[in-house]
Amino acid sequence: MASLPGSPSVRTPAPLVAIRGLSKSFGPVHANRNIDLDVLAGENHALLGENGAGKSTLVKMLYGLLQPSAGEILWQGRPVVLGSPEAARALGIGMVFQHFSLFENLTVSENIALVLPPERQSRLDARIGGLSERYGLKLEPARPVWSLSAGERQRIEIARVLLQDPKLMILDEPTSVLTPQESESLFAILDRLKAEGRALLYISHRLDDVRRLCDRATVLRAGRVVGTCDPRAETARSMAAQMVGAQIAEVSSRGGAVGAERFAADDLSLPAPGLHATALRGIHLSVRGGEVLGIAGVAGNGQDELFAALSGERLASDAGAIRIDGRPAGRDGITARRRRGAAFVPEERNGHAAVPGFALSDNLVLSRHATGEVSRGGFLRGAAARAIAREVVETFDVRAGAPDPAARTLSGGNLQKFVVGREILREPGVLVINQPTWGVDALAGAAIHQAILDLAGRGSAVVVISQDLDELFRLCDRLCVIHDGTLSPATATAETDRDDVGLRMAGTVPSPPAGTEVASAPVHAH
Amino acid sequence: MRIELQPRLNPPRWLGFAAPVAAVAVALLIGGVIVANLGKSPLDAFLVYFVDPLTQDWSLEALAVKASPLVLIATGLCFCFRANLWNIGAEGQFVAGGACGGALALATHGADHAGPLGGSWILPAMLLLGILGGAAYALIPAVLRVALGVNEILSSLMLVYVAGLGLDYLVRGPWRDPAGFNFPVSVNFDPDATLPTLIDGASLHAGVLVTLLVVVGAALVFSRTMFGYEIRCVGAAPRAARFAGFDEKRLTLLVFALSGGLAGLAGVMEVSGQIGQLQPSISPGYGFTAIIVAYLGRLQPMGVLVAGLVLALTYVGGEGAQIALKLPLDVTKAFQGILLVCVLGADVVTRYRVRIVGRVMA
Repeated sequence: MASLPGSPSVRTPAPLVAIRGLSKSFGPVHANRNIDLDVLAGENHALLGENGAGKSTLVKMLYGLLQPSAGEILWQGRPVVLGSPEAARALGIGMVFQHFSLFENLTVSENIALVLPPERQSRLDARIGGLSERYGLKLEPARPVWSLSAGERQRIEIARVLLQDPKLMILDEPTSVLTPQESESLFAILDRLKAEGRALLYISHRLDDVRRLCDRATVLRAGRVVGTCDPRAETARSMAAQMVGAQIAEVSSRGGAVGAERFAADDLSLPAPGLHATALRGIHLSVRGGEVLGIAGVAGNGQDELFAALSGERLASDAGAIRIDGRPAGRDGITARRRRGAAFVPEERNGHAAVPGFALSDNLVLSRHATGEVSRGGFLRGAAARAIAREVVETFDVRAGAPDPAARTLSGGNLQKFVVGREILREPGVLVINQPTWGVDALAGAAIHQAILDLAGRGSAVVVISQDLDELFRLCDRLCVIHDGTLSPATATAETDRDDVGLRMAGTVPSPPAGTEVASAPVHAH
Repeated sequence: MRIELQPRLNPPRWLGFAAPVAAVAVALLIGGVIVANLGKSPLDAFLVYFVDPLTQDWSLEALAVKASPLVLIATGLCFCFRANLWNIGAEGQFVAGGACGGALALATHGADHAGPLGGSWILPAMLLLGILGGAAYALIPAVLRVALGVNEILSSLMLVYVAGLGLDYLVRGPWRDPAGFNFPVSVNFDPDATLPTLIDGASLHAGVLVTLLVVVGAALVFSRTMFGYEIRCVGAAPRAARFAGFDEKRLTLLVFALSGGLAGLAGVMEVSGQIGQLQPSISPGYGFTAIIVAYLGRLQPMGVLVAGLVLALTYVGGEGAQIALKLPLDVTKAFQGILLVCVLGADVVTRYRVRIVGRVMA
């Protein structure tokens, strides 16, 4: 560590962290350019930006995971070089990652002990108990991790960081896997941290959360700082416009009539495909032509298993468990279901919806080989595939650098537009789509939403599985909630609200009077 | 200090061709050091291994005859390897094919050409039996994998030794030539059971043409058919292949049967066109060398054709080196292994940018 004396000559205290002219490039790609950013002690500072704006790169440099190409980081006024996460932690910088790094088969306290210097288990358990009193961070040290919800797992990650007594905590998209109620209890914890004078660098694309929590926000776009604002003085819409650099079109709903049932699941049950996977139990759903049905739920409650069962990647044990246009399809594979007019978009773009190393025209063949003009008599028709891929690219405004590029060279938003467009251009009678705008920039997200609504407007039945409640409320006529492999009955979107759906996501059947009782591991201050 | 591998998003096209060439060059350098340490001149060795075989008619023919089984087996292996399935047992499938085809030659031995057992049907039937034998033998690890989840690398490799010892037993026992002074060899095959030569009096047999046809056919399958697309897809992204509706189990069985069938065909063409009888050992490790050929050819049938000729050169040159320089055959095998390592290394450099990063202290 460099040991220049600080500069205490200035009367205002030096910011806890000051980033000056920081740049990072990966080959020809400039992930961060000349970033300036201050975080004061006791400040909740938001870092806003679209996917690919450079937020993760910036915080990884701050946490010692990446080395800057240029620029410097000042810690309490002194320049520091953060060569590793250990060095960052030694200064007092802690980070909670979006993706948890926990061992499923170990207990809570074992998972925490792993990242700390050795100490006696009983002492550690007492310290974990202390966190609960100080911050309302409720944890049961002896519980195995596999039995915990996403919110509880996140609390382990937070406890790991807090036990190292950080001055600055970085949180990367902490609410993306939480129900609204779990988010609220997280915010309560963060409020107490702030009251202790700890600083927070908070990355999120949920602008309402940022408005609730943060004093100041720095907006990144294409690797540069484009502005700083007070989130409370802005609207979510105005901040989104800063992030995108353009106004986002309002998605307009269609006014199509609702027709006959086109797609249904009837008492669909499937055993769990693996150790920590979810079994589907007695799923009922029914979607009519012209209708969008939403399925909300916290990640890991059976969404992937449900998608596999609806698409035919996994067959049902009984033909009647799935119906397409009134006829049984439960024993039909995904190809047969496509031939009957159904189309599917899985959550994961790379390696599931598309082969990263294949050209777009080859990726078009992936889901169209049985229904389109792209194969005949066992032979590929490359020219036809290229023509249709070009049509998808043009119709859905897929921005690609080359005429027929490899899928992996496209940004997340553009690839998602391609895989959604690939299905919608076929005019499917049924569309099942899992996390349609996950990790997609706002402009592409709006385009995808519009395409889904337009498709329903033309008489197709659409099922949207999503964790994003805003998205579901924007798109869907009716909503149901998946929890632990069971699906709640659908309610009209107009007759429900976020709190109600949030409670059902946590596995609670809400009682009719707006009670205050929350059954799922409430985080009460004791 | 640490080494970082950064994936290249768009590897330049020329790199795909340059990498195998560079791999061969590096392998040659290492081979030269080894030869020098054995007290021979690396330059002489280079000439004997890689230049002399190209200068004479007979050695050019020998090159084609040695390259033929390598290319045929490696083309089959492309189907497996492209699908991310590791058939390491081509050597055993080669032996199984040779034994099955050879069994027919022995069963019809001495029959009159015009008689009920003789005739020109024998050779095609032998080739067919060779294909079926190799395919059936390759299906053992494939079925074990599909039905029970047995690792195909281990099972296919171990079956190599079962096939080799099985043939050894048959040739020493039931199939031994009664008039062969107790040598462990079968009778010589009849003309009806022998592949015709392309040039009179030469060793160049018709199997070489079959190999060329198979290479062209396989190239078309990969680039133009849904089956080829399925294989590429399953290999590149199994989950996407399931999304496409491809049946991975069916494909596993198919590619193993195909690659085993081609190895079996190579085996029967070797006994019928080259050896002319069954012996305890009918392969100088073609089935293993073909793995190197497949990789050096970048798992492309046309590339395999070129790579097969390069590796055949080491076989023909290796024989020359034993005679002219008294270098043991093991040097050839070591060189083939070095070549594989270099090819795999070149593959990494093609797909990743290698950076050495100085670690900065905090």
